[in-house]
Amino acid sequence: MAGLLASVVDGVLIGAVYGLAAMGLTLIWGVMNVINLSHGAIIVLGMFALYYLSSVLGLNPYAASPIVIVIGFVAGVLLYWIAVHRVIGRPHLMSLLSTFAVNMVLIGLGTALWSTSPYNVSVSLPSVSWEGYTYTGTHIMAAIIAAVIAGLLYLLLYRTRIGKAIRAVAANRAAAELSGIPTTQILALSFGLGVTLAFASGMLIATLFPFTILSGGAYQLKSFVVTVLGGLGNPGGALLGGIFLGLIEGMATPFMPVSWMPMIEFTLFVIVLIAFPRGIFSFSGT
Amino acid sequence: MQLSRLCLVAAATVALASPALAADNDTLNIGFTVSQTGKLNTDSVAQMRGFDLWRDEVNAKGGIKVDDKNYTIKFVSYDDESQNGRVQQLYTRLIAQDNAQFLFSPYSSGLTATAAIISEQYGKVMLTTGAAEGKTYELGNKNLFQVYSPASEYLSGALRVLKEKDPTAKIAFVYEDDPFSKAVAHAALDLAAKEHMTIVLDEAYSGSTTDFGPIINKIIASKAVVLLGGGHYADGSTLARQLYDQKANLKWVTLLVAPDSPKFAELGAAATDISVPSQWEPQVTFRPDFGPTAQEFSKAFNAKYGVDPGYHAAGGYAAGLILQRAIEQANSIDPAKVAAELNKMDVTTMFGRTKFATDAKQHGLQIGHDMVLAQWQMKDGKLTKEVIWPAAAKTADIVMN
Repeated sequence: MAGLLASVVDGVLIGAVYGLAAMGLTLIWGVMNVINLSHGAIIVLGMFALYYLSSVLGLNPYAASPIVIVIGFVAGVLLYWIAVHRVIGRPHLMSLLSTFAVNMVLIGLGTALWSTSPYNVSVSLPSVSWEGYTYTGTHIMAAIIAAVIAGLLYLLLYRTRIGKAIRAVAANRAAAELSGIPTTQILALSFGLGVTLAFASGMLIATLFPFTILSGGAYQLKSFVVTVLGGLGNPGGALLGGIFLGLIEGMATPFMPVSWMPMIEFTLFVIVLIAFPRGIFSFSGT
Repeated sequence: MQLSRLCLVAAATVALASPALAADNDTLNIGFTVSQTGKLNTDSVAQMRGFDLWRDEVNAKGGIKVDDKNYTIKFVSYDDESQNGRVQQLYTRLIAQDNAQFLFSPYSSGLTATAAIISEQYGKVMLTTGAAEGKTYELGNKNLFQVYSPASEYLSGALRVLKEKDPTAKIAFVYEDDPFSKAVAHAALDLAAKEHMTIVLDEAYSGSTTDFGPIINKIIASKAVVLLGGGHYADGSTLARQLYDQKANLKWVTLLVAPDSPKFAELGAAATDISVPSQWEPQVTFRPDFGPTAQEFSKAFNAKYGVDPGYHAAGGYAAGLILQRAIEQANSIDPAKVAAELNKMDVTTMFGRTKFATDAKQHGLQIGHDMVLAQWQMKDGKLTKEVIWPAAAKTADIVMN
């Protein structure tokens, strides 16, 4: 029983981080109908940003987090103007190709700079032990930070004028434009927010596991699964979806080989697409 | 008279210069791939450094002498990116376009199995190093020669230690899902079952795994006190670190490959008491029939690269030594004659004994080399890697928690 609980708790903790990653993907989709195929590479950039700030410049990883978030936002806004602005409103294939091209450029540049060798961010926090199982401090801290960031995003979207503008553009861009909302700036801001969330999740993952420039693929796939669970365009649902996925993985791993987890994830993905096309958590939509 | 003297001087000059002119070196091309990128990077580059040291030493002495020719060793190598697909393309290129006359294998059993298909198709002699899986030699090859002890030998030392020290210990086998690690684990599982040891977990993981939390929870749930397994450097070092973070409280951990790298000491406390089956350690006291001793090799390697060699580098160096010996014994670079010498070979180098199986069912399998078991031990605040088994080769006692 203690083993099952340990597995479930670990799953939920890491699920919160996956949910944060998926929130970025789903926010961009919800506001501007763009599926960001560079999402995985951006998560990895967040990892490397933390690596440089902590391992090279010597900053405490958690103290460096706000800097990573600011870098993510600036990078996201720049990326919007470079690769996304001109394909907004065009056929979906164009935005897919554009973001895919960004993905290839980022991976190519990253490989040239950092090769594909693994990197580590050295972090140590006190852990909590119970009944022979240990819950590492870094996992607990990552889940707390993910929840805080998600909470701040909620406040931004539902308690500020900018958030109201973002929701208005997501609902109907033309009507928002007619109401006087500068929709282009809002789109750039939203893309920046989406990339910020991806950076933040990369930053948190870097405190938990080693990474390479190629690590983004696995997290991008998880983000797609979580986005479908939560409902496309539904950041709140994405967070819940991430936690739900972590819960499912935590409950399954004690009873089957860990290598079966991708099969479990994608079976769930297909079931949800068929049975709940709007997502399991679509009730918590924007 | 003056003209005849001039002719005499000219003739004398030519006669004196002739040996130098005749000694212009030919080139012997040796081809291989290195995982400069990808997850096998750490171990593969170490192996390449062994190759490079051997080449530089041979060329500094004038090359390999065959009849009245000296052959300068030239390497042709590419980055295989730790990918089978690239190995297939690149070994074909090495043979067909780059005219590699002999081949070294890539690092790892998986990539070597792919390279072996190509080398056998073209009838090229290939010394395999960094590749322990035995199955590659059971497919009817004629020109493969394995430097490493086969995978089946890897964990036998650790199991013998456990049998002696704690025969009733509960053992968890957790290993990478790749040809080498599975071959090692399955052989060890068979041996453990034969010895009536208690196996409580048998689980393989993907080589790209970075989150070992679920597996470590399973190890704890199984009440195992011994862990045998791992895979290569990236996953093995991550597993070691996370075992420490999650306080798995194991009394004995043997991981493949990763702990042999000097880089493993960077894990600090997480590396303490972890043991590794090793093809070679710098402290071994083999008396070589030719070439340097282990200590002389280690000194030269350290002088060139600033780090101590692990067994990957030693295996690379030994592959060069063995090929050189075969060419010199054959007095030819003809592949058939060199292969014949390799088949007859039973020698000791700084790496240990080398003898290849010659029967068709397992041609080229290494049957002469013995492995050792090494362990990272903390002494006076410093981590050092000691040889703990067999007793005849040990430099320190076994530490079991």
